[in-house]
Amino acid sequence: MKKTGFYITLFIVCIYCIGPFLWQMISSVKPSSELTKLPPVLPHTLTFNHYISVFQGHPFGRIIANSFVVSMISTVFSLTFGSLSAFGLSKLNIKGKGLIFAFVLSISMFPPIATVSPLYLVIRALGLRDTWWALIITYTTFTLPMSIWILSSFFREIPDELYRAAKVDGCSAFQIFYKIFLPLAGPGIFATAILVFIFSWNEFLYALTFTSTTASRTIPVGIALFPGLHEMPWGDIAAASVVVTLPLIILVLIFQRRIIEGLAAGAIKG
Amino acid sequence: MTEITFEKITKHFDRVKVIQDLNLTVNKGEFFTFVGPSGCGKSTILNMLAGLEDVTSGTIFFDDMPVNDLSPKDRDVAMVFQSYALYPHMTVYDNIAFPLKMKKQQNVSLDTEVHRVASLLSLDDLLKRKPRELSGGQRQRVALGRAIIRKPKVFLMDEPLSNLDARLRVEMRAELKKLHNKLKITTIYVTHDQAEAMSLSDRIAVLYNGTIQQCGTPREVYIKPKNIMVAGFIGSPPMNFVPASVQKSAPLEVICNEMIFSPSIEILPENTNLVIGIRPEDVLISFEKSAGSIEVTVSLIESAGSFNWIDVMWHRIKVKGVSQIDERLQTGGTAFMKFPLDKVIIFDKETERRM
Repeated sequence: MKKTGFYITLFIVCIYCIGPFLWQMISSVKPSSELTKLPPVLPHTLTFNHYISVFQGHPFGRIIANSFVVSMISTVFSLTFGSLSAFGLSKLNIKGKGLIFAFVLSISMFPPIATVSPLYLVIRALGLRDTWWALIITYTTFTLPMSIWILSSFFREIPDELYRAAKVDGCSAFQIFYKIFLPLAGPGIFATAILVFIFSWNEFLYALTFTSTTASRTIPVGIALFPGLHEMPWGDIAAASVVVTLPLIILVLIFQRRIIEGLAAGAIKG
Repeated sequence: MTEITFEKITKHFDRVKVIQDLNLTVNKGEFFTFVGPSGCGKSTILNMLAGLEDVTSGTIFFDDMPVNDLSPKDRDVAMVFQSYALYPHMTVYDNIAFPLKMKKQQNVSLDTEVHRVASLLSLDDLLKRKPRELSGGQRQRVALGRAIIRKPKVFLMDEPLSNLDARLRVEMRAELKKLHNKLKITTIYVTHDQAEAMSLSDRIAVLYNGTIQQCGTPREVYIKPKNIMVAGFIGSPPMNFVPASVQKSAPLEVICNEMIFSPSIEILPENTNLVIGIRPEDVLISFEKSAGSIEVTVSLIESAGSFNWIDVMWHRIKVKGVSQIDERLQTGGTAFMKFPLDKVIIFDKETERRM
């Protein structure tokens, strides 16, 4: 009995989580005429027209490239600054560490909508509107608290004696960081990288505000701007969503265990 | 070889005084041990020597050079840690080579040096392994290798044997001693294990509450402990203490648990409270009565193989002593205790100092 209950719950949760995505996948291969039919089951004839039209009717290749570059560079920046600060805050003697940590955390509590207009003014003043850099800078700042918190919990788990041993062996603080701590915190770096990448890949609000052309437009905004004046191209939207979600899902499934490890370490120690 | 001098060293953590007014000279090439219970400040001394902690006041000299402001890197010290602190992501080879790589000396061949150290510590077959694939004793040897490869001025060891099992500890103790005889590098060793301190060191300093209680050769500290703390800490099993007092001032008569004797110490006023210390190995317990023996009750018999440790009740005071293997000695039975009066150490109860 207990077991049946467990499997029923498991089934409901799975459907709840995967359902929308499945629906989206099914929609992406349905002919347009059948799109609004319920229940959303596979049609008799599969069509890949939506996929073709996504790449032919829109500059979708460019948009994917934008997203990819922005997410990659943001991830690299966030990890570079994040790991350095996390190392300093968890292992070096710094006055007011607790205060700095609290401050870092408080930054991540700002709702994005509250900061979007001031940031827009800053970006415009810097002449960065509609460039990759507008998004890279914003994403880096917004993911830094997360990077710092997760990574410092990883660094804190590395025994102090290693730090002291390396110091006696003749390392400077920076050498200790990149020769000893960075390799040892590998799983943490990895988990953080994926989380930052996903955040940047999916971010919508800033991308919508700071971009205006395909020069810098990212995927979520690109898809949101699919609807024309008189029609709602559900099929195209579904196909585009599948195209950009699949890589993430594959990435997460492959590195699942590491991400959980990373998140759990942050959760328990943080 | 380097001489180390501590001059009026104090160390405070916030308002807690960890080390108070430490004055000490460690001779060139000496094996010197700080021994004391945990929390007595011995590891802090090592960290100050290594440059991992600042001193609050005072000066540390290596030979004639003050090193207070030098970073660990410039002090040319090597340290072995209790947890070994091997770099888990590096092979044994890389672990040993690491300090030398950091030093970036051009004229020495890294590879030759690593192999020289590895064969000195019989690690040749393990060079390609990672630390997690090694046993405790092997890790310990790698940690030693990492420390000696640079030929440092000073060798610091922070309880390096306390994570090993008892048998391995004794083995490694001998290895350490041999290594020191071979290398003759000034070594500062820290331990809470008095047996380790006694067997390894040229000199030891017994540390308690941040001050040196006594400093001398192991033998001196054992035979002439300066106070009750040192007497109780050095020697295993620990010394027996029995309260006593001065019954008559001249000639001096001390009454100790209803036993009266006249020790040859300075004249004391009557009713001065004393503590009598006697080492268990000097207390002989036997079944048969002999001249001058005291009747006691056996409360515990522990076998040590060739002899027995016996706890006896001497009136209401527990005393530990030794006996030959004797079937007639039984828990709860009667026995006779005897100890040479010249082995007795007398302390003042107030000051806890030896008379």
